This record gives sequence, C-alpha cells and structure tokens, in this order.
Amino acid sequence: MKTNTILELTVKNHSGVMMHVCSLFARRVFNVDGVLCLPTGDVTKSRLWLRVKEDLRLEQMILQLQKLEDVLAVRRHGASHAVFERIGEYFRE
Amino acid sequence: MKYTGAEIIIKLLERHGIRQIAGIPGGANLPMYDALSQSECIRHILARHEQGAGFIAQGQARVTGRPAVFFATSGPGATNAISAVADAKLDSIPIICITGQVPQDMIGTDAFQEIDTYGLSVPITKHNYFARSAKELFEIIPDAFRVAISGRPGPIWIDVPKDVQMALVEFDEWPKNGVADNNFSLDMQSIQDAATIINEAKRPIVYVGGGAIHSEASESVQALIEKLNAPTVMTLMGLGALPSRHPLSLGMLGMHAAPFTNHALEECDALIALGARFDDRATGKVAQFCPDAKIVHVDIDASELNKIKNAKIGIVADLDDAIEALSPLIDSKEADEWNDRIEQLKGEYPMYMPDLVDPTSAYGIIDHVAGMLEGETYITTDVGQHQMRVAQAYPFEYPRQWLTSGGLGTMGFGLPAAIGAALEKPEATVVCFTGDGSILMNIQELITAVEENLNVKIFVCNNNSLGLVHQQQDLFYEKRIFAANYSRAVDFVKIAEGFQMDSFDLGTCVDPMSLIANALAKPGPALINVPINVYHKVFPMVPPGGANKEMLLRDRVTARTMNQIKQ
Repeated sequence: MKTNTILELTVKNHSGVMMHVCSLFARRVFNVDGVLCLPTGDVTKSRLWLRVKEDLRLEQMILQLQKLEDVLAVRRHGASHAVFERIGEYFRE
Repeated sequence: MKYTGAEIIIKLLERHGIRQIAGIPGGANLPMYDALSQSECIRHILARHEQGAGFIAQGQARVTGRPAVFFATSGPGATNAISAVADAKLDSIPIICITGQVPQDMIGTDAFQEIDTYGLSVPITKHNYFARSAKELFEIIPDAFRVAISGRPGPIWIDVPKDVQMALVEFDEWPKNGVADNNFSLDMQSIQDAATIINEAKRPIVYVGGGAIHSEASESVQALIEKLNAPTVMTLMGLGALPSRHPLSLGMLGMHAAPFTNHALEECDALIALGARFDDRATGKVAQFCPDAKIVHVDIDASELNKIKNAKIGIVADLDDAIEALSPLIDSKEADEWNDRIEQLKGEYPMYMPDLVDPTSAYGIIDHVAGMLEGETYITTDVGQHQMRVAQAYPFEYPRQWLTSGGLGTMGFGLPAAIGAALEKPEATVVCFTGDGSILMNIQELITAVEENLNVKIFVCNNNSLGLVHQQQDLFYEKRIFAANYSRAVDFVKIAEGFQMDSFDLGTCVDPMSLIANALAKPGPALINVPINVYHKVFPMVPPGGANKEMLLRDRVTARTMNQIKQ
C-alpha cells in the first residue's frame, strides 16, 4: 500500500483557486483523498492542505502546482503530519 | 474619470498596444463591442467563427511574439473559442480571449447562452479570470498581459459578465501596464556542469525547440552551435531557429525526420536540449531515444525538466540568458570526425522526396512555391500529410516564419492563422499550405481574408481524403481504409469563387509554373487547388509508439496497392 504525503499550499484567497488545484489532480488521474481549506489570518491568502498518495508522478505534480498563478507556495510534509489526524474524528461514520 | 467596464477594457487594451482584434459580437459582449466601436486606434476584424477569431489572434501572436487579443460572446461563442485557446496552450502562444458572460444575477439560472466559461477554460489556459466588478478589471487586464508573456508564454481567458461591462466606475489614474516578470536567477553551478558535459562530448547534438523562438534566442543558439560545430536537430516548433540551409542543420527530428537525422541521434553522446520538451512525436519510444547521450536540458519551465527523460543537468532559465552564461565556458571546436560521420550518415541514409521536380506533386508544390516566393514570407499549415511535407521540405530562413499547430495538431489552424499573420505583416506574402480535410474545418474564414484583402495564398493539397489517417490505415491497419476517403469531392475552385476569392486549379492547367506565378503575383488572397494522389505517403514514418530508428522509409506495397485501385 502506498503511503500518504501531505501537501501544504499557500494560495490566493479567491473563488476558483480550489478548482484550479483540484482539477489539476483530477485531469491527471491523480487521486486526492483529503482536502482542507481555510483563509489564513491574512484575508488575501488561504491555506490548502491536500492528502495524496506517494507516487512517482508526485514531483511533477508539485512542479505543476507551482506553475499555478494562484498558488504562492507549496510545502511537502510526511504522512505523519497531524493536520488530517486531528480532524479525522469529524469524518467517522 | 468615469468609464464603464467595457470602456475600461478597450482603453486598457489600447494602452497595452493592441491595435487589431478579431472576434464575433453577440448578446453578452455587446457593451464591449459598443466601446470598441468608439476606439480610435483598435481595428476590429470580423471573423466568421470564434475558432477562426482565436486562430487569427494566434497568427498575430506567432509572427510578432506579442500578445494578441480576441473577443467572443458567452455560451457558444465561448465553446467555439476553446480549440484555438487549447492549441495556444500546447504551443505556448500568448493570446488573450475576452468573452462576454450573462449578467451576474442570472448566473446559475441556465440563462440564454450561459455556460461555465471560467470552468471550461481552466485546463486549457495558462491562467483565467472571472471579473466580478468593473474595478477588478484594473488588476485583471494588466495581470493577463503579464502572465501571458512571463516565463513560458501561454493563453489567458477573461470572462466578463454583461453587468460588469456596463457598470460605471470613477477613478483617478490608469494602472501600470503588465510587463513580463524577470525573476529568474541562473544557477551558475549547473551552467558550469553543463559546460563540462558539452566540452567533454565527442558526438554532441543540439536539439532546439519552440522555446528558442519564444525567447528570441535564435541568434545566440546559432552562435553556440557554430562555436561547437555541433549538428543540430529542430522540433516542429523549433523550425526556423536555425536556417534549413545551415550546414549544421539536420532539420526536424522524430516521426517524420530525415533518416540520417534519427540515425545521428542514435549515435550522439551528448544531447543539448534548448527549449524543447521531449514530445512523443519527436522522441519516438522514449526509452530508446538517444540511448548513449548525457542530456543537458535548458527550459524556462521547471516542470519540463525530467518530465519525460531525466537530464544529467537541468537548467531553469530563459534560453537567451542561459546561453549568454554558458557560451564563455564552452570550448570552440573545429569540425572533426563527428561532423564527418554526420556527412557519412547523410550519404547512407538520405532524405528522399519523390517527384520533387514536378510542381504538381505533393513535395514539388512546396519546393516550387518556396523557389518562387520573394521577400518577406510567412508559411502556415494545417495538420496532416501536407504539414509534415512542408516541415520536411520548406527552406525556412528565420524564426517566426513558420506557423503550425504543433502540440494540439488542430486541423483548421492554417487559414485563420495566415489571416492573423497577414494582418500583422501586410507587406509580406503569407502562404497557407493546407489539405482538403483541414481547410473544410475553418473554410468560412475565406471571406474574412477577402474582406480584409490580405495577401494570403492558400494551396489546398487535395487528395479528397484525410490523408494521414488514410496512410496509417494503409500501413498499420491492414489497409482497412475506413472513414478516411470522402465519397464526394469538393470543388474548391468554385467554393473560393463563391467567397469572391481568386482561384486556380493545378489539376486542369497546362502550365503549372505560370499558374503558380500568377497566383503569387497578384496582390490579395487566392486559393490554388493542388490534386494529390491519396496513395502518396509521407516518409519516413516512425510507427506510432515505435523507436525513431524503426522508421519506415517507403511504401513497400505501393505498387500492389496501385494495381488494386486500377482493377
């Protein structure tokens, strides 16, 4: 089983940015299994967290993300990052 | 100052140097058209289909290197524009599509001619905008120009609801024009490492792509090549970066390259990729492409490095800047055994263009037209056999002389792109080589060329077939020709007459040379029908998915096939 990678994106806060990011993954048939997005303290920016599977194509995906005009920064974290762990309880059936 | 959103758009386009805009009006962009009608410095070119308008803009942008703008209305206007914008994305062409949209209070109600233009344009643009207020246009329009030309160029889409076009805004000053970002810092260590690989190479080949054209780096590329005495291949998009007649030019590489070109690549020990992206039509089976070569890859788009083939050294930079830094570190080389080997390969694996001396043949028409053209000329093509033949046979002299749909391969590109080129270069002759299949995909723009009285000469290489489909079915699908031949032939001479365009037929004339000369000599547009035998194929051809060295050189079964037809 492939391990997860957590991506932390700083993006411009306006409508359409989620679509740009998510459709980039979708059209390359690259599954994103978790998405979190909220504005940062600075109202012009949002933070977008993605949980994706480790994949040979991930490097290319990150380079493609960095090309998006609305994406200001991309950081890559290991699977153990807490952001999705703690919110997990809201997603249990 | 007090202006409407529509007036702000037009004024900002004027301020960005836009002088000619192709487009089609409709309900949702009428305020923009009303504002455009009042402009004293922008001419409008009324296209007959929004895809035509988009390709006219592409023609303008490709010959000038500057962004070009086109207009379309909402709904079908926007959907019709998509192919032209997607084509610009694949070939990195800076065009800006501005569409009208239904008023914001009607968005989401399935209003008449409402479509999600913003959503549709996401995957086919470099960036896209939805203007939510007239004020936002002050940021959006200059930013659109900045993004279109910064780094790797690309198309932009701006969707503007009708209420935003009509809203009045009071303001004190115009925003600054959008200019290209220039924030690339060269990694000098990589430059040094690249120089080491290049200096140590015994059998280098330079592989030049469209990036050399976009970055206006042809001169420095040529200087580098000459310093190295390195044989050079070009991609379809890179043609013109080095003159075809240059002694170091091996022409185009890949699927329809000269045999010696692909064989030379097999033997190279260093591949210097300059603004090229290792497209599958260029590389063939990637694992077997330049098997012995260390790769130095320079590209302005970081995501192109290591995308297809791992480079030993990757340099993210504007090509001109990179060569300027690299050049002093490169040792000059005299012609050596490698250059001799190239000459030997040219003798062993020559390029064969059948019937070149006959001006009515598939290759001959290209060669003879090229020989008869004088002065500044631009060449556009559509997509298919004629396109590959022009790429193989036309003696390109300078960058931006060659306009073709490379990445997306869009039939219908040639005629409107020629119109766009002619609009920007009114003194030049623009030749469009097309096929009967291709021209039918945007034939309505014949009347646009006539209306504008542009010096566009259209050679329809007419085999009454989708020739490259026919070729593939004949070669790779056991001759099951299906849906490739047309059962009725179009009379293109009559069609052109209907569009009030001068027309000529090489099929019925007694003196082809004087017919071509007449067609070229008379100013204004003309269409020349050139009947082509459908069994004349484009060779060499690498079977799709095959390695470049596995190219087919000729049709071993032509004779038999021809007999079958006769029976």
